[in-house]
Amino acid sequence: MGDTKIVIPGDIIDTHTEDSDQTILRLGPGLTQTNDDTRATTAGVLHSAKDNTQYWVVSNKRRYVPAESEPVLGVIVARHGEGYRVDIGSAHDALLPLLAFEGATKRNKPNLALGTLVYARVAVANSLMDPEIECFNSKTGKAEGYGEMTEGFMFKCSLGLARRLIDSRAPVLGALGAGVPFEVAVGLNGRVWINTASPATTVLVANAIKNSEFLNAKQCRQMVKELLEKQ
Amino acid sequence: MVVDIGPSNIETAFVLEALRKNVRVDGRGIYDYRTLRISCGPTPGLAEVQLGQTRVLARVSCEVTRPSPDRPTEGLVQFSSELSNLAAPNLDASSGGRVSAQEVAISRMVERVIRQSRAIDTEALCILAGVKVWAVRVDLHFLDHGGNLMDAAAAAAIVALRHFRRPDVTVQGEEAIIHDPRERNPVPLSIHHTPVCVSFAFLGALGELAVLDPSLLEEQAQAASFTVTLNAHKEICALNKAGGVPLSPEQIQRCTQVALTKADEISDAINAALKGSSSSK
Repeated sequence: MGDTKIVIPGDIIDTHTEDSDQTILRLGPGLTQTNDDTRATTAGVLHSAKDNTQYWVVSNKRRYVPAESEPVLGVIVARHGEGYRVDIGSAHDALLPLLAFEGATKRNKPNLALGTLVYARVAVANSLMDPEIECFNSKTGKAEGYGEMTEGFMFKCSLGLARRLIDSRAPVLGALGAGVPFEVAVGLNGRVWINTASPATTVLVANAIKNSEFLNAKQCRQMVKELLEKQ
Repeated sequence: MVVDIGPSNIETAFVLEALRKNVRVDGRGIYDYRTLRISCGPTPGLAEVQLGQTRVLARVSCEVTRPSPDRPTEGLVQFSSELSNLAAPNLDASSGGRVSAQEVAISRMVERVIRQSRAIDTEALCILAGVKVWAVRVDLHFLDHGGNLMDAAAAAAIVALRHFRRPDVTVQGEEAIIHDPRERNPVPLSIHHTPVCVSFAFLGALGELAVLDPSLLEEQAQAASFTVTLNAHKEICALNKAGGVPLSPEQIQRCTQVALTKADEISDAINAALKGSSSSK
């Protein structure tokens, strides 16, 4: 990666390499292809990897736009004949089909109350349809950690922070994990679920994660250390 | 279409579970007030109050109108609040200009706190009895909703009113001359005292868990809310209790005692902000 490059929507991105004809270009969030050009659709910092064959834009915002295969945390707001309507913080509620759970059949379907928090992954996301989410991996049929959250606490953060937290090497998670045991599930829609042994620890972990947004790795460790000492 | 769905069940359950162990979700103590930041200006009658994440902007303006026939010597003071989904994404944006219940509740409470406690002298707003009076308008804009809009809105309104300067007027017989601000210095409104709101939320099935200055999540989980309004002379100007759960006299007494000390701190912050803005001018 070279210098930091900031792009704004409409910018044409130079993706040409020596052997452009052979390489397959992969475009991540914030980029789109128009004719032969690659253009940015969001304002942010352009990143590239794998010898300039992968590009994506890192930006920070508060309103979630669903993208396929991203994990999200949502609250059930309504139940329909064939599924639940789930608030995932996007412009339109997502649909969670009754059969999109591990081991669910037409006879054996999960019964979730309104207000239940679910961890799910986005299955369908396009501009013409309401997003659809599922609480299992449709390839293996296993839950793989997705499903109803029965205890713990959820808080909201910026989408940029959520994206950084999903990386298990995030400094704040490492620093906290060295001091207190806790469970965490990050939704890329800017929601973080945590669970610990006691409410006081949960509050500590939640506030440490929220405070870490504008701190670097060293400052994170220092902040967590101070919080743990105070407890 | 997004409906106000409130927090998930586990969030509400966690707030209660933590409170039973005297732990608040943002790490505060039960009777801790969030940091209050008040700024005035640059133009007179503009004030912004930040209470933790909550932000309220108050704007005061005035114009000359005809008084109401039954009160010919009193000026008008109007309050309006605007709560859009700028403040919180779950607030209804599709109401299409209709005033929501929460907006009405806040405007009415601010009106009770400031006008009906006679904090503002409406007779001093009279120019010519029965013919011309000042109509003062306070617009409250909610920029961010982190809970306890009531306290922030009341503080913003009173700061903006105290910061405001209206054009000077001289009356000669039946003629009233309104002086241009460049010609003659505008004059402050006549304000007798500074009422300050202090809000509590009561959580739990019986409202047995009281917290001061509720956050948004605590507000969404509350069974009842209680607002005490006091001024610097330790006079109670207004009380407001909302929600279905009854409160005991002991609870009200305790809240009022806590409110007494907090109101002092808020008054000091308000005076410091107004003093700071007048010295910087």
